[in-house]
Amino acid sequence: MTDTTRNVLLYALIGLTGLLAPSLAPAFRIQMALLWMMILFALTWDLGGGQMGYNSFGNVLFFGIGCYAPAVVQRELFFAVEGQPQATGDLATISPAFNYFNGFALGLTLAVIIAVAVAAGLGSGILGLRGQYFAICTLGVGVAAGEIASGWDYIGAGSGMVAPIFPGHPSQAALFFYYLFFVLAVICFFTLKRLYASRFGLAINAIRDDEDKAEAMGVHTTRYKAIAWCVSAFFLALAGGAFGHLNNFIDREVAFPGITFGVWMVLMAILGGKGTLWGPVIGATIFHVTQELFWTYLLGWQRVALGVLIVVIVVFFPLGIMGWLREQWPEKFGETVDLEARAAPVSLGEGR
Amino acid sequence: MTPILEVQGVTKAFGGVIANDNISLTVPKGSIVGLMGPNGSGKTTLFNSIVGYHPVDRGSITFEGREISRLRVPEIARLGLLRTFQQTRIYGMMSCLENMQISVPDTRDGLRTMFSKVPPAVTQQAEGLLEFVGLYAKRHLRAGELSFGQRKLLELAMALMHEPKLLLLDEPTAGINPVLINSLIDRLKRINADLGVTLFVIEHNIRVIMKLAEHVYCLTHGQLLADGPPDEIQTDQRVIDAYLGA
Repeated sequence: MTDTTRNVLLYALIGLTGLLAPSLAPAFRIQMALLWMMILFALTWDLGGGQMGYNSFGNVLFFGIGCYAPAVVQRELFFAVEGQPQATGDLATISPAFNYFNGFALGLTLAVIIAVAVAAGLGSGILGLRGQYFAICTLGVGVAAGEIASGWDYIGAGSGMVAPIFPGHPSQAALFFYYLFFVLAVICFFTLKRLYASRFGLAINAIRDDEDKAEAMGVHTTRYKAIAWCVSAFFLALAGGAFGHLNNFIDREVAFPGITFGVWMVLMAILGGKGTLWGPVIGATIFHVTQELFWTYLLGWQRVALGVLIVVIVVFFPLGIMGWLREQWPEKFGETVDLEARAAPVSLGEGR
Repeated sequence: MTPILEVQGVTKAFGGVIANDNISLTVPKGSIVGLMGPNGSGKTTLFNSIVGYHPVDRGSITFEGREISRLRVPEIARLGLLRTFQQTRIYGMMSCLENMQISVPDTRDGLRTMFSKVPPAVTQQAEGLLEFVGLYAKRHLRAGELSFGQRKLLELAMALMHEPKLLLLDEPTAGINPVLINSLIDRLKRINADLGVTLFVIEHNIRVIMKLAEHVYCLTHGQLLADGPPDEIQTDQRVIDAYLGA
């Protein structure tokens, strides 16, 4: 079996499982939707932290923008009807052309635009910091974003805001969000796969390995770094928008969950293997399933168990699962030495 | 011969230490010029000033007639002035071939090339250059697994991949097995003759610089001590004194 057929079979298997899962296990739709969200988290974090070597603890910023923007758009699209009390919900508000779905789509579009603009603006400044300084700065950015959100009346300040209710049965809502996250994760995976195979992928790897050398070789490092962060922001904003609407309620704890999602996205990428395409997918899956099991079977001790899991990951799998596999069998990852001579020696200066 | 690089009256001080004091030198296009001097004489500082690592306090540096003393490192690199590092810098987690592929100059980078795959012609050129430095068989290994000497050769090949007009080499033979040194000298000469790359070389090893360079500058205590053809420099009493610490 060639590599290509094996890959196609693997993708088909995962794709089919993803498509059929909500019908096979309808009770777990939300958990499975969140699994795809975790995969999105790990993939987008790894783009910056793994492939480019810029460990960000502030990626929840883009997630939060994604949470809030569609909810605000939905609120602004519907206006109150005179004489009707606001509290009665649907009856009190009316919108000429918009319904839940196209309002949501408009909101997601706006979320993406804002998040990418913020990533580009912020990135051109703080991506100039290296190593721990960048990590600490992004941590601050994440915290600051939460503080701003909890003090800004327009987006509900401390009391948060409510996204519109899904028009339909809750099980349909679960199905809708499951497929939304599934499609997003699949698009994200293949986008990154394509990016890593291009000059962009080589450039961000070079930045990770030795940024000074990359600069000395004339690589446009700032440009590549900003683009990488913008791609992360793009997918995180979409994930945030979907999560905000799935959750219905949004406040700073939901939108900027630095100590849960913000830390988990780092852990999942490390567990699976930083700087690999499949690592974050594997890491997110194992982490999410384990976590759900802890909540089910170790209730009361779930946080302790999670803490132990984190310690085990960092101590025993510093390279992650994919990194460990690569150390054991480097030749399976293409690290081979040619023993036979070249059939046709290339002369110096060819291709000039 | 027209100069490709002209350094005029460059002074650079770090606090109270004057690392380069009013240095002037010329590198003619197509030549191999050597730069020697005892440890701490300011050779690497001069290289750093030329490629834009730090601003110079005084003086001017022109590359192909263009003032570059105010440009930053990547901008100078994109003009075709490249350097290798004394402490050898390669991308350790990437394969040797990938190290080569990313070294194609970024000047051609439109949005399209940023996101396109590496063209086969580039890979072919990379393989050719890897063969030239004797690393073809190891092209799929991670560069971090190479020995120090092999990394030096890889770094040289990466610089050539960039097709520079002028290449500054910081001690290219340091750490390289003495048997390989002769073949390296031979290769450097071929790079100069066949590819038309001007070389400006820092070298401690007098034997190497005598074989390689057409013209040698000698620094000591941040000042230019002497310059001339290698055999003249070799017998210059001031140079001998500087090296022996007299």
